Amino acid sequence: MTPHILSLKKYFGVYGALIALTFATVAIASVNLGPLNVVFALTIAAGKAALVGLFFMHLIYTSHRTKIMAVAGLVWLAILIALTLSDVLTRGWLPVSGQL
Amino acid sequence: MSEAGSALATQFDDLDQQHDAATLGMWIFLVTEIMFFGGLFAGYAVYRSIYPQAFAAGSRLCEIALGAINTAVLISSSLTMALAVRAAQVGRRRAVVVLLVATMLLGTAFLGIKFVEYGHKYAEHLIPGSGFAYTGPYAQQVQLFVCFYFAMTGLHALHMVIGVGLLGVMAVLAARGRFTPAHYSPLEVAGLYWHFVDLVWIFLFPLLYLVDLHK
Repeated sequence: MTPHILSLKKYFGVYGALIALTFATVAIASVNLGPLNVVFALTIAAGKAALVGLFFMHLIYTSHRTKIMAVAGLVWLAILIALTLSDVLTRGWLPVSGQL
Repeated sequence: MSEAGSALATQFDDLDQQHDAATLGMWIFLVTEIMFFGGLFAGYAVYRSIYPQAFAAGSRLCEIALGAINTAVLISSSLTMALAVRAAQVGRRRAVVVLLVATMLLGTAFLGIKFVEYGHKYAEHLIPGSGFAYTGPYAQQVQLFVCFYFAMTGLHALHMVIGVGLLGVMAVLAARGRFTPAHYSPLEVAGLYWHFVDLVWIFLFPLLYLVDLHK
C-alpha cells in the first residue's frame, strides 16, 4: 500500500491557520457586534473544523464512501438542530384557537 | 508469512481494502458521536434562545484566558497526532512514539487546565445543586447554563481521558514495531478519534466562553 502523504509544510500551515483563527475568534468576541457576534463565532469555528477535517483527518484524499459518512453526520446534525429550533423559535408566531 | 500477511485479516483482499474498511468504520462511529454531542448542542441552543440574558451572564463566569490556552493546547496536540500518523506513513518508528507521547502530554495538560477551571468553579460555589451561590439576576437560569457547561465539558473531558489511554496503547504498539508504511490503520483510526475530540472543543470554546460577552 502506498499511503497518501501530505507535506510537513501543509500540516504546519494548517496549524498556523488554526492558531490564528483562535486569536481571531477571541478578538472578535471582545468587540460588541450585537447578533453578529454569534455568527462570526460559529463561522470561524466551522472554518477551523473544516481545516481539521480536511487535512488532519485526511478527508481531502480519503475514499468517497468515507466522505459520504462525514457529510451524512453533518446533515443529520443539521436536521436535529434545525427541526428542534423550528419549533422553539416559532412559538407564538400564529394565534392558536383555544390558547389563553 | 510476510509481515503484511500477518497484519491482514482473512476477510480482506489486501491491506488497502482493510485500511479503507477501518477508516469507514471509524467514521460511522464518529457520526454516532456527532449525534451524541449533537443532542447537547441542540439542548444548549434551545435554552440559550429562551434565556439569552441568563446564558450571557453564565458565559461571563467562564475564564476566557484558560479556555483560549486550552484551545491552543488541544490544537497543538492535534498537530502532533497528525504528524505521528505521517511518521508512520514514512516508516519512522521512533518519531511515531515520540509524537504520540507528546500528544498524550498535551492532552493531559488540557485536562490539568480543565481541572483548575473546575476547581475555581468549586471554590466560587458555582457547582449546580443546593450549594449554588450565584446571586445575580436569573440565578436559576444561570444555573442551567452552568449545568450545560459541566455536562458538555465533562463529557468532552471523558473523551479526552479515553483518548489519552488509547494513544498509550498505540505508543506501546508503535514501540514494538507493529506499524509499517503498509499497515498503520490502528494509528490512523486512533488519530481520527483524537481529532474528533478536538473538533468538539472547537465548537465548545466559542459557545461556552465567548458568546454574548456584551449582552
